[in-house]
Amino acid sequence: MKSYDIVIIGGGPAGLAAAIAAKEAGNDKVLILERDKELGGILNQCIHNGFGLHTFKEELTGPEYADRFIKKVFEHGIDYKLETMVMNIGRDRTVTAMNREDGMFTIPAKAVVLAMGCRERARGALNIPGYRPAGIFTAGCAQRLINIEGYMPGKEVVILGSGDIGLIMARRMTLEGAKVKLVAELMPYSGGLKRNIVQCLDDYGIPLLLSHTVVDIEGKEHIKAVTVAEVGADRKPIPGTEERYTCDTLLLSCGLIPENELSVAAGIEIDPATGGPVVNELLETSIPGIFACGNVLHVHDLVDHVSEEAMRAGQNAVKYINAESKDY
Amino acid sequence: MYDVVIIGAGVTGAAVAWKLAKYDIKTCVLEKCSDVCEGTSKANSAIIHAGYDAETGSLKAKLNIRGNEMMDELCKDLDIPFKRIGSLVVCLHKDALSGLDDLYERGVRNGVKGLKILTGEEALFMEPNLSEDTQGALFAPSAGIICPFELNIGMAEIAAMNGTEFRLNTEVKDIRKQDDGSFKIFTDNGEFDARYVVNAAGVYADVIHNMVSSKKIHITQRRGDYCLLDKQAGKHVSHVIFPQPTGLGKGVLVAPTVHGNLIVGPTAVDTEDKEETATTALGIDELTKKAGDNVKNIPLNKVITSFAGLRAHEDNNDFIIEEVCDVPGFIDCAGIESPGLTSCPAIGEMVCDILNDRMNLREKENVITKRRAVRSTAGLSIEEVNELIKENPAYGNVICRCESVTEGEILDAIHRPLGATTLDGIKRRTRAGMGRCQAGFCMPRTMEILARELGLSYEDITKSGGGSNIVVTRTKGEVKRP
Repeated sequence: MKSYDIVIIGGGPAGLAAAIAAKEAGNDKVLILERDKELGGILNQCIHNGFGLHTFKEELTGPEYADRFIKKVFEHGIDYKLETMVMNIGRDRTVTAMNREDGMFTIPAKAVVLAMGCRERARGALNIPGYRPAGIFTAGCAQRLINIEGYMPGKEVVILGSGDIGLIMARRMTLEGAKVKLVAELMPYSGGLKRNIVQCLDDYGIPLLLSHTVVDIEGKEHIKAVTVAEVGADRKPIPGTEERYTCDTLLLSCGLIPENELSVAAGIEIDPATGGPVVNELLETSIPGIFACGNVLHVHDLVDHVSEEAMRAGQNAVKYINAESKDY
Repeated sequence: MYDVVIIGAGVTGAAVAWKLAKYDIKTCVLEKCSDVCEGTSKANSAIIHAGYDAETGSLKAKLNIRGNEMMDELCKDLDIPFKRIGSLVVCLHKDALSGLDDLYERGVRNGVKGLKILTGEEALFMEPNLSEDTQGALFAPSAGIICPFELNIGMAEIAAMNGTEFRLNTEVKDIRKQDDGSFKIFTDNGEFDARYVVNAAGVYADVIHNMVSSKKIHITQRRGDYCLLDKQAGKHVSHVIFPQPTGLGKGVLVAPTVHGNLIVGPTAVDTEDKEETATTALGIDELTKKAGDNVKNIPLNKVITSFAGLRAHEDNNDFIIEEVCDVPGFIDCAGIESPGLTSCPAIGEMVCDILNDRMNLREKENVITKRRAVRSTAGLSIEEVNELIKENPAYGNVICRCESVTEGEILDAIHRPLGATTLDGIKRRTRAGMGRCQAGFCMPRTMEILARELGLSYEDITKSGGGSNIVVTRTKGEVKRP
């Protein structure tokens, strides 16, 4: 195995930008480790437009936005390994990873950039009562099934949570011929971008019920209906406001959680407010030489901001290595 | 004609099949669901009880003690984890301390070994997250934790490897006693003839029993809600923590699971609906409140899933394991609620003895008594993992990131005896999808493997059989040409 100075965990928008910035700052020994079959991360399934307005002053789809960075990775000759899962990061910045070809291997890195992104809050964490049938998906999982695998989870949809992925999926499923009955949002305001509410719900006449939640799920094998109720200021359901909606699909868009299992196992300090590592102004975590950027640090609204932040992390990783080598 | 037909492939049916597997008879297990371990056996506390709860002299007491004794060897044979971590019954009020003495004495009468009454300080020293109000506790070192899925699946696999037939997706609709003393069993998937029938139908054991006997029995479903917490909370307690028992059961417990999560539950609500496994907001509220009585600072924001299970409670409050008096050749295993999981190997043994009296069972040659569990890469050294990957590169491909389950493990789960055919089947055999993201990430990847390996279309893949399909059609992208 070749030796590397900087190992970047994740080949999504954050990892790609960090790798490019590190290379452009003068380090030739950068490696990206990506668990999926291709670079680009979650952008690959975000086939809608609206990406890159800040960075490129034009509206790109997710795969197009990712492609701009992937091309640069190729041009720069940056190494990457696909279908490779990082199993562990040591305090000494030794990265242990695994794939089919190399088996399990370790790389002693001089700097590590955490760019693992985030995951969606699942039904279990929401404690929605009722049965546990098929037909309940996080919005991102349904997005993958539809946009990457090419399959429709159902035809009659209720969406809980008005996060951006949920809003985007309301439009996407409508365009694929499904009937999206409503989007219920527990809070008195939406967590999604205004433009997504307008372009994904209003334009298609999909109602957004603020201060509402799902209080029951029917159907033993497959979901048949949900009961939606209004919630009070305490966010508890108000008796008497229940309404039943038949559906064969329930999508959940109820928040994103930075994916920091590797960071926690490494002993990196986590900020309870963001769910991401505590970092200094250099984006360096509590372990020197380990940097964090993108949604693993905190959940961003716009990918442009992720790219910008990740570039700083990549540059700072190079500066860290240069400073360390001067000490000797 | 089968010598024995077992109705139900939960832990009880699987244990009977496991025990019968060494004999030279033709056995068939009928299961209405698409997999083994689909009813009560999949949704319970996953505890191996010490045996002080049940009334002395009851079958529950006797089989609990015997089952507990059998568990070490059984788990070794099945290659599954079992941890004797011990249990504590916590007393919060001075005037209730005599209740611990009663439990202690009953436990000693039942034959539980190693029981000890602890002072509040001793209990808090052993388990620092107990309530500060703890006045004392009953410590039972022989209690343990187990994976009920693996126990159930492991026993069924050994039976299958020894030639026992399993007919899944086969629901018994009626049973008729024939003139020659045998039984004709009518199902939605054909008819079966059997000399002996073992009724291990869980919450449906009364329905099955009442098909043939004039002495009716009645099972009440006692629903219990549970919450399962993230592995980050798995070390919150290190023993099984019970409150003092009430008439309705052993109360809301808090325990680590054998895979390192934390389980809290169950509630107890009686229902006449045999399929009512829906959780309720009321139930979840109740159990989180009650669990907090005995254990402080449970990180309830770390819940990764909640579920409900049904206890098969028979009106006489004991297991019924006997040949039905007015139906010779028909053997009941009814009312198998807690400590049913603990007792299952002993129930298998007892049913085997009953059948041996009737049939004069002969042991066959070359009986398989051990199985190898799905090999997990978790906990292996780098060298060991690389050995596996060299053998089969699929072990290098992680599918479920939360539980670090590789494609190699999923392939093993699909292609072994009684292999997985559904997403839940893969989950219970490998833990893929059982982690904190609850399959949000790995579901499409697992579907791809299932479709490829079993030659299924995506539309045919189900969560757990029946109508639990995951997707309905292709998107508009693919145009079907005439």
